[in-house]
Amino acid sequence: MAEFTLPANSKIGKGKTWPTKDGGKKVKKFNVYRWTPDSGENPTVDTYEIDLEACGPMVLDALIKIKNEVDQTLTFRRSCREGICGSCAMNIDGTNTLACTKFIDEVDGDVNIYPLPHMAVIKDLVPDLNRAYAQLSAIEPWLKTASPTPPDKERVQTPEDRRQLDGLYECILCFCCQTSCPSYWWNGERYLGPAILLQAYRWLADSRDEMTGERLDALEDPFRLYRCHTIMNCSKTCPKGLNPAKAIAEIKKMMLARQA
Amino acid sequence: MSLKTPLGAARGLGSAKNGTHHWIMQRITAVALVPLTLWFVFSALALSGAGYAEAAGWLADPVNAVLMLLLIVATFHHLQLGLQVVIEDYIHGEAAKIVTLLVVKFAAFALGMAGAFAVLKVAFTA
Repeated sequence: MAEFTLPANSKIGKGKTWPTKDGGKKVKKFNVYRWTPDSGENPTVDTYEIDLEACGPMVLDALIKIKNEVDQTLTFRRSCREGICGSCAMNIDGTNTLACTKFIDEVDGDVNIYPLPHMAVIKDLVPDLNRAYAQLSAIEPWLKTASPTPPDKERVQTPEDRRQLDGLYECILCFCCQTSCPSYWWNGERYLGPAILLQAYRWLADSRDEMTGERLDALEDPFRLYRCHTIMNCSKTCPKGLNPAKAIAEIKKMMLARQA
Repeated sequence: MSLKTPLGAARGLGSAKNGTHHWIMQRITAVALVPLTLWFVFSALALSGAGYAEAAGWLADPVNAVLMLLLIVATFHHLQLGLQVVIEDYIHGEAAKIVTLLVVKFAAFALGMAGAFAVLKVAFTA
């Protein structure tokens, strides 16, 4: 039957409060999800008070300040701090986004920070993304051809064909969209999800790829593709301003085109 | 607990190689239902206050009877296609899913048949 009970570790308790050491004029509270597999306890939300006068402008700046100066046990992924690596994807103020490109000032009141929704948590703000990475591998996201590779030049495409990839190649695989999708929450083992389907369309749309039919064959499935019910959370949440819902619609149009 | 690799799980049983037909039929029945439902609502409003004989006479008109049959077919076909998706979305126990799907499909077919039979009976006896 439908699941009415919450899985283990879903009940979140109140955690510790970490006040600023020396007051400060512009104090903002950061409520951060904490869970460690070591303690055997349910998750909590810790509250960190941060003086914004002594902190960078982005949510990631605050997290790094917390880790450096307040609580070294806080665990999160980060790398490039400029919105290109996708590591610091998390749920901030109710929306999946990148901590490094989210201004603290954009959040009214306390800043609530949780890991990406409905993924197993490894620790604190670090979700287990292995399934999503495996799903990416499964769609074989590389150029596939039947004709032999030209020995002395690249596989060429016109500027117009190249433009078909705009809005697709920019995806950084942060999985903000993937984990915002209710269909992916309920059927993530079988539904590929918006991030992977956008990647699948990136290769379907590539004029140099010659395996379009095989790619469509692999996607033609009630769960892999057609669990998308155009809920559009994906396009709303994408921190890069991309439109996975449109990419999925384009795949469905290709499915239709080869039928009728 | 399984030691299957994530890639093995993601590739799963492979593609079902269908789903598009279901998706197309859902759209076709939806498009058909727009004029049919409008026609039905306006007809029902026009018949408000009418007696049994007048309503039965309206339904006995061949154009009305055929449109009503089309409405019934489109409605119940669309209904069972849509509910199938809802069930597949939310019911994860394999046995419960199959039973619910069967109940919905049989009920949609039976109710559609009953509706069609009612229309034909009125059309041929009124």
